[in-house]
Order: sequence, then C-alpha cells, then structure tokens
Amino acid sequence: MIMLPEKSELEGALCARYPPEIFAVLKKAKVGIAGLGGLGSNVAMMLARAGISDLIIADLDRVDISNINRQNYSLDQIGMEKTEATEIQLRNINPYIHIEKHNVRLNPSNIPEIFKGCDIVCEAFDIPSEKAMLINTLLERCPDTAVVSGSGMAGFGRSNDIRTEKLFANLYICGDGVDMEDVEGGLMSPRVNICAGHMANTVMSLLLNGEL
Amino acid sequence: MKVNGKELEPILPMTLKELIFDAGYREDRVAVELNGRIVPRSDYAVVLLKKDDSIEIVGFVGGG
Repeated sequence: MIMLPEKSELEGALCARYPPEIFAVLKKAKVGIAGLGGLGSNVAMMLARAGISDLIIADLDRVDISNINRQNYSLDQIGMEKTEATEIQLRNINPYIHIEKHNVRLNPSNIPEIFKGCDIVCEAFDIPSEKAMLINTLLERCPDTAVVSGSGMAGFGRSNDIRTEKLFANLYICGDGVDMEDVEGGLMSPRVNICAGHMANTVMSLLLNGEL
Repeated sequence: MKVNGKELEPILPMTLKELIFDAGYREDRVAVELNGRIVPRSDYAVVLLKKDDSIEIVGFVGGG
C-alpha cells in the first residue's frame, strides 16, 4: 500500500525548490492543452511537475499502440480515452491537481467556452488545418489568452533547429517549421519532447515573466 | 507593403486571400496579422490591401 503525501507536504516539497512567490504564481495559473498526442501529453506532465495545478485538457482520441513510441502513455492504457489516460498520469504526479477533461472534437463554436479563463492555451494538434482553426479561433475570440503552438518537430538530430518565437501579439510558436511529411523518420520521441519542452518552458516564462 | 518583414511592391488592388496564395501559403493552414491585428479567416477574401500595410503570415506544419 502506497501512502500518498498530504497536499501540504507535496506543496511544501515544491516550495522548497522555488521561491514561494514563484510557486504562488504557478499555483494560480490556469493552462489549457488542446491535443494530447506527442506534444500535449508530454507538455501536461512537465507543467504538472512544475507545480501548475489547474489544467484543462481536450482530445477526442483513444490511446493506440502506435502512440507509445512518443506519447506519455503506458501499454495498460491502450484503448482508453486520452483525456482519461492523461488524468491518471497527472494524478500520479500530483493527486490534488485540478483537471477539467473534454473528450470532444474542438471546433470554432466550443473552443471559446472550453478554454474560457485560461491564461495560456497550448496548441498540440498534429494536422495543419486543425492547428490553424484552433489558433485563429483563440486569437479572434479569446484576446486575453496567450497561445503557445508547436509547429515542426519530426525526425532526429538538429536539436538546435527547434526554437521558440513570438510571432503575433499573443502567439508563440515552438518548432522548426518543417512538415512531418518532409522529414525522414517521421515523429520520434526525443525531438517531439524537445519541442514539448520548448512549449512548457514558454508557458513558464509567460506566467513568471510575462514574456519569453 | 511589408510582408513578414520584407518590402514588396504588389499590384493593387489585391485581396488578402490573393496575397496568401501568391506568398505560397495555403489559406486553411495560416493565421494572419494585418497592421498588428488578427484578421478573421472569413475576411481574407474581402480585405483589400493598401500600399502601406504591414502583414504577418504564419503557416503551420504537420506533426504533434
């Protein structure tokens, strides 16, 4: 029988590593993650470990055996809704985290309602037109929410080609800008995680510094 | 006119939709800022560009 730490003990352990004012900002933040594939499932874990405890996660899919090579799921989760599987993974990091799950297809009608009140939304889809739909909807309809998007992370090597740029007033893009169809090897865990790391780190930077 | 930071001399009149295509982007894979403001996608075909406009086009690629 595993004894879970009390909420105060867990928060204390995080506070011991950060100045308390940093923890206070992270604890108050609300972050959305749209898409729980290679980017989103890994971004969610990093944010939860860092002390962000209010997440809205959305994905329509179920965990497939072909996801295991790069997405943050385990074999016993095959067939499970990704929102459900992600919640289990996150609660193993922080059982007290607040998670709002949306097992739906995101569209221009439901996006503003689902991500209402988020400081930042991470765009972690894989299809370019879906990425554009989500980003345009958020920028048009949620002017107080910053968007952090992943665009181009396929293949291996070329670690330093993955970069983060502020492109619009409220839009930050992480990646190398190269389509997965044009890259030998397709999507691979290390490079997908480099991009996910850029995204999660951009979230931290925006929350704590208000800029990159 | 400035497009993604570069000076261009387009032949006017030109719509934003035409510029997106001419610049090599697919309309369903972009977001566009015109003079610092996001342009709703439904307006691409009706926005007429002016000589001193500044336009930023971001194209998104597959994988995630």
